[in-house]
Amino acid sequence: MRVNFTVNGRPQEADDVWEGESLLYVLRERLGLPGSKNACEQGECGSCTVRLDGVPVCSCLVAAGQAEGRDVVTVEGLAEYARQRAEHGGCSTGSCGTPGLPGLEGTPAAGTAGASPSLGGADGRPTGGADSHTGEGTELAPIQQAFIDAGAVQCGFCTPGLLVAADEMLERNPNPTDADIREALSGNLCRCTGYEKIMDAVRLAAARQGEAV
Amino acid sequence: MDFLRPASWEEALAAKAEHPTAVPIAGGTDVMVEINFDHRRPEYLLDLNRVGDLYEWEVGEESVRLGASVPYTRIMENLRAELPGLALASHTVASPQIRNRGGVGGNLGTASPAGDAHPALLAAGAEVEAESVRGTRRIPIDDFYTGVKRNALAPDELIRAVHIKKADGPQQYSKVGTRNAMVIAVCAFGLALHPRTRTVRTGIGSAAPTPVRAKTAEEFLNAALEEGGFWDNGKIIAPSVAKQFADLCAAASSPIDDVRGTASYRRHAVGVMARRTLTWTWESYRGARRTAKGAA
Amino acid sequence: MPSNGIPLGTPTKVTQGSRTKGGIGESTLRPDGTLKVTGEFAYSSDMWHEDMLWGQILRSTVAHAEIVSIDTSEALALPGVYAVMTYDDLPTDVKNYGLEIQDTPVLAHGKVRHHGEPVAIVAADHPETARRAAAKIKVEYRELPVITDEASATAPDAILIHEGRDDHHIGHVPHPNIVHRQPIVRGDAAAAAARADVVVRGEYTFGMQDQAFLGPESGLAVPEEDGGVHLYIATQWLHSDLRQIAPVLGLPESKVRMTLAGVGGAFGGREDLSMQIHACLLALRTGKPVKIVYNRFESFFGHVHRHPAKLTYEHGATRDGKLTHVKCRIVLDGGAYASASPAVVGNASSLGVGPYVVDDVDIEAIALYTNNPPCGAMRGFGAVQACFAYEAQMDKVAAELGLDPVEFRRLNAMEQGTLLPTGQPVDSPAPVAEILRRVKAMPLPPERQWESSEGADVRQLPGGLSNTTHGEGVVRGIGYAVGIKNVGFSEGFDDYSTARVRMEVIAGEPVATVHTAMAEVGQGGVTVHAQIARTELGVSQVTIHPANTQVGSAGSTSASRQTYVTGGAVKNSCELVREKVLEIGRRRFGSYHPAWATAELLLEGGKVVTDGGEVLADLVDVLEDESVEVEAEWRHRPTEPFDLRTGQGFGHVQYSFAAHRAVVEVDTELGLVKVIELACAQDVGKALNPLSVIGQIQGGTTQGLGVAVMEEIIVDPSTAKVRNPSFTDYLIPTILDTPTIPVDVLELADEHAPYGLRGIGEAPTLSSTPAVLAAIRNATGLELNRTPVRPEHLTGT
Repeated sequence: MRVNFTVNGRPQEADDVWEGESLLYVLRERLGLPGSKNACEQGECGSCTVRLDGVPVCSCLVAAGQAEGRDVVTVEGLAEYARQRAEHGGCSTGSCGTPGLPGLEGTPAAGTAGASPSLGGADGRPTGGADSHTGEGTELAPIQQAFIDAGAVQCGFCTPGLLVAADEMLERNPNPTDADIREALSGNLCRCTGYEKIMDAVRLAAARQGEAV
Repeated sequence: MDFLRPASWEEALAAKAEHPTAVPIAGGTDVMVEINFDHRRPEYLLDLNRVGDLYEWEVGEESVRLGASVPYTRIMENLRAELPGLALASHTVASPQIRNRGGVGGNLGTASPAGDAHPALLAAGAEVEAESVRGTRRIPIDDFYTGVKRNALAPDELIRAVHIKKADGPQQYSKVGTRNAMVIAVCAFGLALHPRTRTVRTGIGSAAPTPVRAKTAEEFLNAALEEGGFWDNGKIIAPSVAKQFADLCAAASSPIDDVRGTASYRRHAVGVMARRTLTWTWESYRGARRTAKGAA
Repeated sequence: MPSNGIPLGTPTKVTQGSRTKGGIGESTLRPDGTLKVTGEFAYSSDMWHEDMLWGQILRSTVAHAEIVSIDTSEALALPGVYAVMTYDDLPTDVKNYGLEIQDTPVLAHGKVRHHGEPVAIVAADHPETARRAAAKIKVEYRELPVITDEASATAPDAILIHEGRDDHHIGHVPHPNIVHRQPIVRGDAAAAAARADVVVRGEYTFGMQDQAFLGPESGLAVPEEDGGVHLYIATQWLHSDLRQIAPVLGLPESKVRMTLAGVGGAFGGREDLSMQIHACLLALRTGKPVKIVYNRFESFFGHVHRHPAKLTYEHGATRDGKLTHVKCRIVLDGGAYASASPAVVGNASSLGVGPYVVDDVDIEAIALYTNNPPCGAMRGFGAVQACFAYEAQMDKVAAELGLDPVEFRRLNAMEQGTLLPTGQPVDSPAPVAEILRRVKAMPLPPERQWESSEGADVRQLPGGLSNTTHGEGVVRGIGYAVGIKNVGFSEGFDDYSTARVRMEVIAGEPVATVHTAMAEVGQGGVTVHAQIARTELGVSQVTIHPANTQVGSAGSTSASRQTYVTGGAVKNSCELVREKVLEIGRRRFGSYHPAWATAELLLEGGKVVTDGGEVLADLVDVLEDESVEVEAEWRHRPTEPFDLRTGQGFGHVQYSFAAHRAVVEVDTELGLVKVIELACAQDVGKALNPLSVIGQIQGGTTQGLGVAVMEEIIVDPSTAKVRNPSFTDYLIPTILDTPTIPVDVLELADEHAPYGLRGIGEAPTLSSTPAVLAAIRNATGLELNRTPVRPEHLTGT
């Protein structure tokens, strides 16, 4: 079957989708957006968290066909999403809804798939440089920068899902208590950090957000 | 596999009539796990996401009509006053991401004894609104669960909504899991006080082949409360009565040993939860009575 | 940073503090951080290639059986299927692999020995096609009785898991179903027992833990024009994989190119091969790139686990609190294949009494062959199981003597110079008493933090969001534990690493490139390598070259060894590069300033400076368009094997010590536990990157917490089948299960190690578990001789 939906603000079309495919599979294998991760595929780890019409969900548990006509934000679009939110105040797309009725508006104009998948960055990717941590030329959402600064990234496999979930929590609750942070992130497993630096990162992002206001 | 995408409830019923083996998918939090892990290859997936009224609820005089797909997050946020037991149960469901997608209709459709909503529905009192092209019927929750992962739905029926009695007294819900979040119930317990009818109702999850009520325990407690005039005098329930109630709740379960826990632990835990939830609800009831008196 | 134009030969004082930024000791940030937070970092499961196929593995549905027949015809007939391979399709006579003992079949032959063993492989154009094809392969099994424990493994008539063993352990094991046995005997434990005022015995059980790294096993094999293959893979040790893969493919190692793809955690679970050979076989057979990605279910069958163990201990002590002797027997279940079992036995035995002074010991450790899932490396590696038991014993002895458990430990704590049971002296600081003192001195978290003005905050109580208690039945407990872990590969292993370092001027700036085959699995090795290069070469720009097999082996990312050994190799190669750079400098400018010949010269801040701080030249001017490159191996001091009868020998390189204090709240009626705080003190020698050090300690601590209260692979003893291969039923801690983890870091240099550093990653995983158990015992008064603790153990149900 064919599926049309919007990802990170761009209309996307996927063809020859097997009916049992998940939104996660379509993002990763058909649209060249492997940022959302495939750690458990049973809704028990949160690594594949994306926003579906503004609401954080496990993309492994959304059937591809259920995404038809809807608006998806992945970690790849998080920086732009945050930038627009900062510019327009509050919600960046108007769809930061509470969970509920899926968007039933018409299918976006079909465009061909944007990014074409490639052989990752496995060869020839430089990963060094004294100040490459600032990611020259890469604009980051505040929560992304905070994860780097606080040391919240180790292997990084849980990071995309945590970023999407944490960013959404800070959108709803700019001054979270520690218990609020833990509750909001209780659907995202991390095996490397023991979560302490993740707590630090979210506190840091909240504090910076507070200063910026 | 075919993916059916009805745009309306009528289309959904027609599709289910035409393809009775079609598996409805709404939040996807059960169905997709089975597909991802190759446990299930249905011939048809019937997507209910485009049926808008499944995401709506209405608060009536006596009950709440809860659309089958209203996400748990919405129940927690919007129906805490009307459906406190179900709101508490909703908060124990899996993770925030799952609570954003899953709804009571899915819990009922799957009818797993470990479904988090069941004990709360049993305790509150509810009816399942099932519909097919042949018509609509309301199935009392007590008759809905017919076996392990089996329910009273006919092959051509879909769950449209659940009619849940609005709380007329305190309700509580507890669930034991071996992790402090994102955990499937080892066992669960729901309790609702119904001061208007002077009854107590219960629900036990994950401790029998189906979700069950502890009817003997309810009858014992109803009688004990009536005899002692507790509903009127608001006295503290004697520990011996609470213990007897807890023991009867434990006895009402018929659990098994599995990877999540032993049968004897489950029986024990049901008793502890029964005693605690009774204490919490009764304290709350007494508190409300005192406040009402103070105001009067 | 262009050359600042200081005239040559005109020395300028360089003030203190202008040292090269971003060197060792600073918390520089990860070079891969930006890629990881933007989703652009390419993990092994993210690999994609035009025209690629998907591989799928058919695994045994039973644990122990003869294979009567395999019929692949229906699978091959399915449209979209490109290849189906079984044992009969393997291209050479090498059909097994293994880390130390090559006992693991690439595909099952004649027999399967554990649940989930690979039997056949499929390549198809879509993962669903591959799954459907695998399901159409018909395998007929004739089931055999399962061997699941020591009694059934060593029974006189036991079926041999491996017939005709010819490995180097067979000569000294009492039964062919025992992989390896290591006794360690020193002094006279029997005689010492007679001097003991108290003797305490205990039997302990350690459950099977899974590494549960989040990125499942995956990779992409691309056939190459020269008949070789290029494998993009997540692993802990590229060259070890290569050594095992190439012979099975019938290719020289030069034709199997390996590039490290992004690794989603490891923790020991990627030391053994998983899908590497399978992907290469299918790629070579079909001539197309083949990607294999396990799902979480398969991942539980796709890698080894931590050995479950039965441990029997006897401790004796005098009335004044001195240990007299320790006797112990440790039985590790290695499952169906050897994996790292022999080395795990070596660790469990040699570190079996813990970081204490005990002169008279009698230790025996064995690993079994059974039909249970294969077990091998996991963070802590044999030392974890022993620590759980000996620390429980230490508490019991202290209680028997009426001593405070921390005081009793400090009375017996080892220090520098103490002899291990192997007779080897601990020849670097061993601040066991000090870390115990420090962890005890940390302020305790306030009581009843869950109380708020609006009632109980269930998120801070046992049971959490499940709303099981509002304070009823909740009792606090505090427990302590300390452990000792060896660093690096022991027992005579030639444990070396290789680093290629290059220095050149790019765009007017001196740049160093560090190329190693080190597997970055999240630990932050890439961060540290850049710091070392900056410190040694005085540059600010460092490029970390992707890890691959185009450079010599870096050894494994395990045993807490990479910062020590590959860090040491990078340091060594940088020093060699520095010498060459100074040679060039002397050649070019030596005549301008006598200091070129007489002073000790350093590279700092992009310049050549004397140890007195005089600037002699800019690196840019020294190098001009020359580049300097060195590839060199570096090894730590050699070790030797343990004597097979007495266990004596200089077996270890270095030790790592951590201590924990656990504060828990237990719902004693429901048997649910909330860990409130897990404080840790650890000696790290030298913190090359303090932020990463803390991250390692907190992460390791949390894995120890997991196996204390929830993590266990449950194997049915009647069938040897895994009952919970999913994240629904194999639970790891969520952020609501994990407490605050304050960390106190000591830096007592080990003079044998680069910069005085100590390997740090594993020690916190040892002491965390027994500390939590001790705290639960303290809260409940129960004996609790097994981990993980389950609610039924705490409620007696």
